[in-house]
Amino acid sequence: MSGVAVPVAVPRPRPAAVRWLRRYGLAALGGAIILAWVLAAALAPWILSYGPNTVDVANRLKPPSAMHWLGTDALGRDVLARVVYGARISLSVGMAVVLVGGLFGTLLGAVAAYARGWAEEALMRVTDLVFCFPPIILAMAIAAALGIGTVNTVIAMLVVWWPKFARLARSLVLTQRSLEYVEAAQSVGFGPAHILVRQIIPNAVGPLIVLVTLDLGQAILVFAGLSFLGLGVVPPTAEWGAMVSEGRELVQQWWVATFPGLAILSVVMGFNFVGDGIRDWLDPHARTR
Amino acid sequence: MPAHAETEPAELLLRVRDLRTWFLTDSGPVRAVDGVSFDLHAGETLGIVGESGSGKSVCAKSIMRLLDEPARIVGGSVEFRGRDLATLDDEALRAVRGREIAMVFQDPMTSLNPVLRIAKQLVEAMTAHGRFTPAAARTRAISLLRRMGVGRAEAAVDSYPHQFSGGMRQRVMLAMGFSNEPALLIADEPTTALDVTIQAQILELLRELNRDLGTAVILISHDLGVIANVCSRILVMYAGEVVEEGPPEQLLSDPRHPYTWALLHAAPRIDAEAADRRLTTIDGQPPDPRAWPAGCRFRARCPFAVAKCAEHPALLPIDEGRASRCWVTQEGGTLHTPARAPATAAPAQAPQPAAPLLEVRDLTKHFALPKQGYFSAPRVLRAVDGVSLSVARGETVGLVGESGCGKSTLARLVLRLHEPTSGTVAFDGTDITHAPQSAIRPLRRRMQMIFQDPYGSLNPRMSVGEILSGPLLLHGIVADGAAARARVAELLDIVGLPGAAAARFPHEFSGGQRQRISIARALALGPDLVVADEPVSALDVNIQAQIINLMVELQERLGLTYLFISHDLAVIRHVCDRIVVLYLGRVMEQGRAADLFSRPLHPYTRTLIAAAPVPDPRIERTRRHVPMQGEPPNAANPPSGCRFRTRCPAAQDICAAEEPKLRPGVEGQMVACHFPGVL
Repeated sequence: MSGVAVPVAVPRPRPAAVRWLRRYGLAALGGAIILAWVLAAALAPWILSYGPNTVDVANRLKPPSAMHWLGTDALGRDVLARVVYGARISLSVGMAVVLVGGLFGTLLGAVAAYARGWAEEALMRVTDLVFCFPPIILAMAIAAALGIGTVNTVIAMLVVWWPKFARLARSLVLTQRSLEYVEAAQSVGFGPAHILVRQIIPNAVGPLIVLVTLDLGQAILVFAGLSFLGLGVVPPTAEWGAMVSEGRELVQQWWVATFPGLAILSVVMGFNFVGDGIRDWLDPHARTR
Repeated sequence: MPAHAETEPAELLLRVRDLRTWFLTDSGPVRAVDGVSFDLHAGETLGIVGESGSGKSVCAKSIMRLLDEPARIVGGSVEFRGRDLATLDDEALRAVRGREIAMVFQDPMTSLNPVLRIAKQLVEAMTAHGRFTPAAARTRAISLLRRMGVGRAEAAVDSYPHQFSGGMRQRVMLAMGFSNEPALLIADEPTTALDVTIQAQILELLRELNRDLGTAVILISHDLGVIANVCSRILVMYAGEVVEEGPPEQLLSDPRHPYTWALLHAAPRIDAEAADRRLTTIDGQPPDPRAWPAGCRFRARCPFAVAKCAEHPALLPIDEGRASRCWVTQEGGTLHTPARAPATAAPAQAPQPAAPLLEVRDLTKHFALPKQGYFSAPRVLRAVDGVSLSVARGETVGLVGESGCGKSTLARLVLRLHEPTSGTVAFDGTDITHAPQSAIRPLRRRMQMIFQDPYGSLNPRMSVGEILSGPLLLHGIVADGAAARARVAELLDIVGLPGAAAARFPHEFSGGQRQRISIARALALGPDLVVADEPVSALDVNIQAQIINLMVELQERLGLTYLFISHDLAVIRHVCDRIVVLYLGRVMEQGRAADLFSRPLHPYTRTLIAAAPVPDPRIERTRRHVPMQGEPPNAANPPSGCRFRTRCPAAQDICAAEEPKLRPGVEGQMVACHFPGVL
């Protein structure tokens, strides 16, 4: 009954390093993968001995060797060089689609949620319209109508991309809007633009950042898919989806399609790991464990 | 009052010894419950009282071992009928839970499964222990619901939880708790989420069930009044331990621990007029549960501390059935009644004949409700329906009523956060009823608001400095950042926070401190009128007293005018000059605070006052109890005539036919009743 400590079995907390690793180990791995791809893409001309479009018909369809680490394709181009250069286009298209689509969708959804009334109703019906179609099919149709080319494909993807951000931003802003600090700002005399941009949106960005990160992998995957179907890039541009497409009939020469496929896998997984990590970090409930 | 004390000593039901429940977190153990011991006999009613963080809820959950990781019972025993529940295996424990010990939680909105019918949930609770067949259980469910006061039980049993109000759900929870005839019912803040009239009904029901069925009850509450109303013995908890124990008659009239003393004196009383609006408070905050201080845990905040308090006191008996963990009272020291600060300002100022600062006439606000069908007529909720009131400069006007009476909507209409449907709002002679926001913006400097939720009303992404300087810069009150910083420091000083607070973020502050920040923000613009919407209802009683004192002091210093909204009649009586009583969007009665409490004319006012519990069983016994029946009707479809008639004990035929006008009663009191003063 006195204040002296009782002799009870209180398990020792795990060391901090172990806890960090359990919580953020995968996110760190994902971050490392992404960083490696970004560095490789940026430094490609200096670290590679071949260009992506250096044709060498004499050495076509050679298996991986000391000369060509990942082998060569049907035109004798170095697969490693094409995979690394392909990262440039995949990463930049993914970021362009997600950032532009995310920004546009967020602003639209946030404004609609704050304004309420017919503006919100109209926006939600437009998003419903887009959600009616399978995203890849709709993007394909738009890309095909616009004509083959990277820019046109990006535009097609943006059309199908913004609604999910608009939806998420709307629900986040609606939640924040009902909190008393918004009324407090109104009663002080702040205008709607200030309240929305300076007060509400900073409180709603957390889940949006998670969506952006998880979506980067998704966007890269969709772009690769469109390229695989011949809609993404104009040949001979090095692009992973197009490379898988070129190699899909070469069963004996497995390296032509496998390595760009693995590249897609690693980037998508990397972004997913990072996104999960950010979500856990932002979620105080998951953080207590 | 259950009369078990005089009879033979009943069977010892529960014997808790040196219970320690710690949260084993990554940053070290949080000693939420740290050495609690008590006995409970069959049929006894035990109250556990304490502020948030005192360990009372964790203590209750430890009895049934309803603990989630990282909480763990690290020491002590919980002997229930000879078995130690702290070490019992899971299967045997499940047989005890629900069968021998039942629990009712605070939030009736989430403790029932929303997708299952009431009948199914009740039947499952009964058949789970194999004591009833499904058919017998269903019959019993209906009779239990009827016993708990649920109207039309045969039909109600097939409803879903969302079709029930909070009070009805709590009745269902009680039916579930009693379904297996447990020997012990643990009720954890069962009435905190309910309106005061519903609370009175639930407490009455608890008393009856204890008396008729002989079930022992452990009632946990932060409200001494609630505890005193039901319990025959009280445990006061502070910092994870029991600091005082005793029967309510003695413990509440002659507390022997300074913390009990502080709890008692910090709460405003509904049964007496205060000479001074300042309440007795204690300084500081409860200690950190990661590192309880050596010695008496209350020492740092104790106004009576002596040198010996550096040593940790044990819970030692003082009188028959009483014990206290205090060196001062054990050595014969007394806890004197607090010396009230001499009233400096002239009390009870004569009402000024000056033009009112705020004048509201026939104000209405209708909210459109979603249509029930495509072709059905649009429905409206008349949240505020023809309210008139005026607030004179320097006055405090209280708005009181149960949830859904429209008091918060009225506050937002007055400040033009909502636009009224009809009627007029005039602020200092300017009609602002339909003024555009651009025209109101200059007036915002002069009318400000304090919000209820200290957690939601401050933007978590902004530092306190930014929160306070934003309004200053917006209205051009300060020229530049440096001047803003100086003014922010000044504001923080006014509300009793250190200047360093400006650089910190809201989450770093406690609830009471946040409410101070909220007050500082309202004061930043130098307003004349401050609308306070339940400013203290989310706070512990001592913090509540501190905030009330601060608001009273600021009113004296700055000449503020308050429109003070609360559901708590004791608080309203304590701080207000005049009071307006609302029911379903209409004014029932208004008048001077003293008159309204000494001579309520409207039956609703009378029942509200009677329903509020007083933390003194002796006074409670002498008070008039006016039973309030039933639940508030649906605000979207109010009763014809007088809106209160469905719950009014004095209703006659005319009340349904004709709506009473708000008419002058005696001495400026106004009442909307056909039979004023009948109760």
